[in-house]
Amino acid sequence: MNDRTRPDLLAPRAEKPGAPADARTATGYIGLSVPRAGARRLLQGRGTYTDDLKLPRLAHVVFFRSPYAHARIRKLDLTTAARQPGVIAAFDGRAIAEYCTPWVGVLAHLKGIKSPPQHAVAIERACWQGEAVAAIVAESRAQGEDALAHVEAEWEELPVVTDMEDALSNRSVIHPELGDNICFKRDFVTEGFEDAFAKADLVVEETYSFGRHTGVTLEGRAILADYNAGEHSLTVYQATQAPHMMQDIFSRHLNIPEANVRVICKDVGGSYGIKVHVYPDEMATAAISVMLRRPVKFLADRLESFLTDIHAREHKAKVRLACTKDGKIIGFDLDDLTGIGPYSVYPRTSGIEGNQVVNLTGGPYAHKNYRARLNVVFTNKNVTCQYRAVGHPIAVAITEGIVDLAAQKLGIDPAEFRRRNLIADDAYPYTFPSGLKFEQLSHHQCLDKLLALMDYQGLRAEQKRLREKKIYRGIGLAAMIEVTNPSPAFYGVGGARISAQDGATVRLEPTGMVTCLVSVTEQGQGTEGIFQQICATAVGVSIDKVRVITGDTGTTPYGGGTWASRGAGIGGEALLQAGKALRANILELAAAALSIDKNALDVSTDAVCDKATGETKMPLAEVGRIGYFRPDTLPLKFQAELTVTRHYTPREYGFTFTNGIQASYVELDTDTGFVKLLKHWVVEDCGTVINPMLVDEQIRGGVVQGIGGAMLEECLYSPEGQLLNGSLADYLVPMSGDTPDIEIAHVCTPTRQSELGAKGVGEAGTAGAPGAVMNAINDALAPLGARVNVQPFTPERILRALGKV
Amino acid sequence: MDEFFEATITVNGKAVTRRVQPRQHLIDFLRDELGLTGSHTACEHGVCGACTVRIDGQIRRGCLMLAVQAHGCSVDTVEGLTDSGELGALQQEFHERNALQCGFCTPGMLLTAQELVATQPDATREEIRDFMSGNLCRCTGYQSIIDAIEEVIVTRRKGAQP
Ligand code: FES
Ligand code: FES
Repeated sequence: MNDRTRPDLLAPRAEKPGAPADARTATGYIGLSVPRAGARRLLQGRGTYTDDLKLPRLAHVVFFRSPYAHARIRKLDLTTAARQPGVIAAFDGRAIAEYCTPWVGVLAHLKGIKSPPQHAVAIERACWQGEAVAAIVAESRAQGEDALAHVEAEWEELPVVTDMEDALSNRSVIHPELGDNICFKRDFVTEGFEDAFAKADLVVEETYSFGRHTGVTLEGRAILADYNAGEHSLTVYQATQAPHMMQDIFSRHLNIPEANVRVICKDVGGSYGIKVHVYPDEMATAAISVMLRRPVKFLADRLESFLTDIHAREHKAKVRLACTKDGKIIGFDLDDLTGIGPYSVYPRTSGIEGNQVVNLTGGPYAHKNYRARLNVVFTNKNVTCQYRAVGHPIAVAITEGIVDLAAQKLGIDPAEFRRRNLIADDAYPYTFPSGLKFEQLSHHQCLDKLLALMDYQGLRAEQKRLREKKIYRGIGLAAMIEVTNPSPAFYGVGGARISAQDGATVRLEPTGMVTCLVSVTEQGQGTEGIFQQICATAVGVSIDKVRVITGDTGTTPYGGGTWASRGAGIGGEALLQAGKALRANILELAAAALSIDKNALDVSTDAVCDKATGETKMPLAEVGRIGYFRPDTLPLKFQAELTVTRHYTPREYGFTFTNGIQASYVELDTDTGFVKLLKHWVVEDCGTVINPMLVDEQIRGGVVQGIGGAMLEECLYSPEGQLLNGSLADYLVPMSGDTPDIEIAHVCTPTRQSELGAKGVGEAGTAGAPGAVMNAINDALAPLGARVNVQPFTPERILRALGKV
Repeated sequence: MDEFFEATITVNGKAVTRRVQPRQHLIDFLRDELGLTGSHTACEHGVCGACTVRIDGQIRRGCLMLAVQAHGCSVDTVEGLTDSGELGALQQEFHERNALQCGFCTPGMLLTAQELVATQPDATREEIRDFMSGNLCRCTGYQSIIDAIEEVIVTRRKGAQP
């Protein structure tokens, strides 16, 4: 069965992408695969993740969590627990609420969205299994966990709603004060929609379901809060993607002046969107630090991670596609239902994911008619919110699934069908029926490149040959668009205090080195590495002269942080502008010192030089020495400015869309239902590529997370709302043996909104992979008359589709 | 719970004697008592490999072993194997290929890979993928890790040829 004869499927390791340490292009370091300097300490085990930190008098908090999905707390007695060895204090929700005000996860631009107030620790009622209802603080984590066994709680079980359709029916309303279980709904239709569908030659329809899954960051959520009563100040070490957002939130909910709150983000062991939200247990940890006036640490263990890290992507979407008989798409019709748990997550809300599905479905195609209905409902499971590629994996899979089905019905090759319908590369700027505006996309260039890269015709021939031997292989394509570099239209307009702008400060040090401080954070994706490249290029120094500092509200400019594929495009542009401004200031100083026209000078390789001849005029170390120690030698009115700050906000478009296309090649074992992923290809257009190696590695990691959702991952709940697979032994994620090699190529259409021209790329892999894999599996199943549309595609589901079980 | 045992363990070549609770896991002992924070815990169940350390020359999962069980043993961690230079070739290859992102899985990956490099000098790409299948990385998608290990193995093989 395992006929893996194609030699290129077992391709040997890729050419080493890393550029030599001394490499640079004529224009600097942009576009070079420079290995990132910050990776070295991680390779030596010398990273500093939040749990690695210790402070004097550090206490540890653990949480007593609801064993029920929905229950009233009849009695909660913490006295015995509080007397256990090593226990410092025990608090219930009311005690913590005196220090931490509740929050409501709504945004004004999601019209009608509603959610009840949520407390750091539940009071009176728990609404999902795992919701914290008491906190125990102890000298050690182990002592705290020992004491948990002595918490006395009595519960009154309440009706549980776990099924989305059950929730939508309002049979039992989780929050009676809200009237129904609907958190948010959206209805959208373009003019003439009904008519267009009525006149279509062919309308295909299918319903797709997606398993609720989660991010599984290897490092659990972690926070160390240190309140200092003498200063009324709070320093929070936190594994977070948005330090300034958290600073604002700690300030407002704990009633500490913003300037007294400092959030520091050291190394982070994976985020993927999981660590950009406000978590009740983390807020409680900060509140407890204030209450006890000492440092307190909380680290989510693996079970707590499964029970309380945001989940995502539980959707059931019915989609219809109308087209002409010669294969022209006329329109899409979507009805999406998603279940988000009992609260809309603060402050980004749990309405965004569904909203994105509405925004993006049908996105790559040139059609004019679109109708969408979205229902976002409360359930008694863990909360859901934005996880890597927010909504895209759903929108891409349902779009590409129904597109393939239409092609199949019409007997048109799926690649050819896409060619006929993808928006033309010269049609931009373009407004999509859902109202989104695209600056410039390159669907057709990407499609052509992909088909060549994968040898599409050759694969089709091979597939045909093997079918005769009863070897079932499938090829799946998935075109996509992706939201990156969001403007304030994403959150700010809705009233969220989430910054869409970022800032960068660049400082020339007296020795000629350059320090830059940027508000975007490093989560492992290589942000600090590309910032080194951008800064070195902008100022004109060699890369080893640049030091980057991120992740500290006490030192960096104000900014949004790392989410929605925005770090390179927004933070990078701010840094480019800051670096250029510093370069200009360096030239001013050198010109004054040397009495030469500054226009005749430039900065190159750590020195001010003659622009025309390249002759060195003054090393930067000399510029620094004069600027800082001998300004008396400069003209009387001249003030050196060797520190510069610049900011950047994308504003012309709501989002800077990227596009790309992926392909998956699979082999199906019809006896066991197992699918072997043989190979995966991606062609992506993320504009200017700052570091090709880092970009490709972001895509690969993203693809594998997408494969996880498509093939393995699902948070399984019993009808009583009990999570059935809360460990990594039961919840499967892709391991190295499950994953294919992934080949990547690029089309490069820089955005014209910024000088850097970079768009985002961190989520693209995850956005497209599930759709490509699904289409490949269905392509393999097609000759057997079977089809699957419920993710993850487990062997059992495939055998069921084949009628074998 | 108040009982303590005295354990003597050779950690990265130096003997240390500590009073440990019998229930303390080796990984927590290394991290909390000795400050060797290079090894991590992620699953606490023996399935992810983030806690991989070397006991008497063989890789083991620090979350599945108690500290007292290491009494009389020799334990090596990423810190010690970095200082000794043993991991140098892998670290270099991982760096150049960006075979790590957040780095949380990396120490475990390196120790596992080093055992493969030492014990299976002829490992093929498929065998490398198999051998590394007990180590979870959520960031990279594995390909660059496999590439890096393969490069080290191939380079050694070339070096070993007369
Ligand atoms: S923490 Fe030990 S194997 Fe995962
Ligand atoms: S690099 Fe983040 S888990 Fe492997």
